[in-house]
Amino acid sequence: MKIVVTVKQVPDPSSTLTLETDNTISREKEVVLDPGDECGVEEGLQLKEAHGGEVVLVSLGPERAKDAIRKGLSMGADRGVLISDPSLAGADALLTARVLAAAIKQEEPDLVICATESYDGSTGMVPPMLAELLGIPQLTFAKKVEIDGSTVKVHRQTADGYQVVEASTPALISVTAAIAEPRYASLKGIMAARSKEIKQVTASELGIEKSEPAETIEGVVDAETRKAGEVIEDDGTAVDRIVQVLVTAKVI
Amino acid sequence: MAAILVYAELSQGKVTSTSLELVTKARDLGDVYAVALGAGAKAAAATLGKHGAKVVHVNEDKVFDDYIAEPATDAVASLYEKEKPDLILFGFTPDSREVAGRLAARLGVGLISNASDVAAKDGGFLARVPYFGGAKMASMKANATPAIVLVRPKSFEASEAGGAAEVKQLDLAVADGSKRAHVIERVAEASEKVKLEDARVVISGGRGMGGPQNFPLLEDLAGALGGAVGASRAVVDAGWVPYSMQVGQTGKSVRPGVYIAVGISGAMQHTVGMKTSKVIIAINKDAEAPIMKMADLGVVGDALKIVPALTAAVKKKKNG
Repeated sequence: MKIVVTVKQVPDPSSTLTLETDNTISREKEVVLDPGDECGVEEGLQLKEAHGGEVVLVSLGPERAKDAIRKGLSMGADRGVLISDPSLAGADALLTARVLAAAIKQEEPDLVICATESYDGSTGMVPPMLAELLGIPQLTFAKKVEIDGSTVKVHRQTADGYQVVEASTPALISVTAAIAEPRYASLKGIMAARSKEIKQVTASELGIEKSEPAETIEGVVDAETRKAGEVIEDDGTAVDRIVQVLVTAKVI
Repeated sequence: MAAILVYAELSQGKVTSTSLELVTKARDLGDVYAVALGAGAKAAAATLGKHGAKVVHVNEDKVFDDYIAEPATDAVASLYEKEKPDLILFGFTPDSREVAGRLAARLGVGLISNASDVAAKDGGFLARVPYFGGAKMASMKANATPAIVLVRPKSFEASEAGGAAEVKQLDLAVADGSKRAHVIERVAEASEKVKLEDARVVISGGRGMGGPQNFPLLEDLAGALGGAVGASRAVVDAGWVPYSMQVGQTGKSVRPGVYIAVGISGAMQHTVGMKTSKVIIAINKDAEAPIMKMADLGVVGDALKIVPALTAAVKKKKNG
C-alpha cells in the first residue's frame, strides 16, 4: 500500500505569532511540523506497519520546510517531496490543493492522509479540494481507520457521535488528533532520516500556474476582546456570588 | 439585487440552526435562495422560507444522506450552472465544509473559510475572518465569482421574517461515480439531553478538572441548571471526553446566556468558540489565567470543591 501524507511547516504553537507588513502570518520564526500532521504521519506509519508499503510525505513550502519533512522522516516515513517555488508564497487553499494534487498524482498512492486543518491557516479546505482534484472519495474527520484489501473504513466524527464510512481505494482520509498519538523520533530514526530522499520540485515542473487568490486582505484589526470583570478569591462565599450572577442572568 | 444561495444543511432530517442563521443573514445581502438535500428537505424548505428564503431547491433522494459530499457537490454545482448566484454561503461545519471544498475545486474558484461575518460591499462581498488564532480580525474581499464563504456557527442570531418559500424540485440523477464514501452506520455518543449548541447554560471543563473521573461533577451542575457540558480541546485530545463536547476553533461554537469555564485556562483556540456568550463565569485555581481577563466573574479557587457546592446551592435555590 502506497500512502501519501501531506505535511506543512507552521509557526510553533508555543511561540507568539507575528504579522508581516502585508498582514500574512510571519513564518520566519520558530517553525515546526504541524502537530495535526504529526498525527497524520503516525497513522500512515501504523497503516504501513500493519499492511506493508511505503509512506511518502508531500509538502508545499519554502526550502526550509525540508525540516518539517525531515521530522516526519525521522518518525519513520520513507521519503519526501517538497514543492518549493517563490511564486507560490502565500498560496490560498485552492492553489495549495492544486499544487499538492499535481505532485501527488505522480505518486499514484492508494491512500492520501491529511490533517483535518492546518494549525495556522485553519481553513480546513485543502482535504476536500484535494480529493476533488484527485478525483477520489474523501473519508474525513477520521478518528479510526481500518483497511481490508481495497476497502477503507473510517470512524468519522460528527456533532453527536460518529459515522462508519466506507470507500474503495484510492481515497483521501482526513484525520483528527484523536487518531493516534504521534511517536517520538528515535535517535536511530533521526540518523536514518538524514540519508532519506527529499525530492524538490517547482510549480512549473508540475505545470502549475499561480492563480488569483480567493481573497484580498483589506485590513486586520485586533479582535474585540471582552473586558475583565470581577475576580474574587474563593473564601467560602464564592458560591453565593455565582448564584447571584446566575439569578441576574435569569438562568435560575 | 445580488442572488445569495444558502446551502442548508440537514441533520437527521431537520434543518440545522446554522442554516437558519445563514438565511437570516443573507436577507441583508440580497435575494435569498436555498438548497436542501436529503430526507426532510421539503419540511426544511418551509422553515427556511419563514426565515427569509424566497425559493428553496429541494431533492429528497436518500443518496444525499448515504454518501459523503460528492452527491451534494453534484447538486449544488448543477444548481450553480442554472441559477448563477453571486454568493454561496455554507456553514463552517464538518458536512458543509466538505461540500464547499469540493465545489470550489470543481468550479475552479477559491473561497473564504471560517468567517464570522459577511457583508455586501461595492457590488462584491466582504468577509470578516478570525485570524491569527483569533487575536485579530481580518477583512477579506472575495475575489472569485461566485464568491463562496463559509461562516462559523452562532455568528448570527436566526430570526423569522414571516415569508413562505417557493419550493422547487431540483432534478438530478446522481451518477454512480459520486456514490463512493458510503455511510454504513451512525453511532450516537453524546448523552445530550440538552444540545450543547442550543443550551442556554454551558458548563465546560478543562485540564483543571484533574481527570475524566471528575466530569460527572459538571454533569450534575448542568442537570441542576438545565444546561449542557462542554470541554476544552486539551481534554478531548487527551481522550477524557468525546469530541462532540469540544468547544472552540476546532470544535463547536456556542453562545449561551451563561458560560461557566471550569479549569480552562482560556487559550484562543477555546475562547473563539465561546466568547460571544452573554455572561462568562470562570472557575480556575490560577488568577493569571487568560480566561480571568475575559470573564464577567472570575473565581479563583478549587473547582472540585466549588462545583459540587454550587450544584447544591442551585438546587436549593430552585426548590426554595
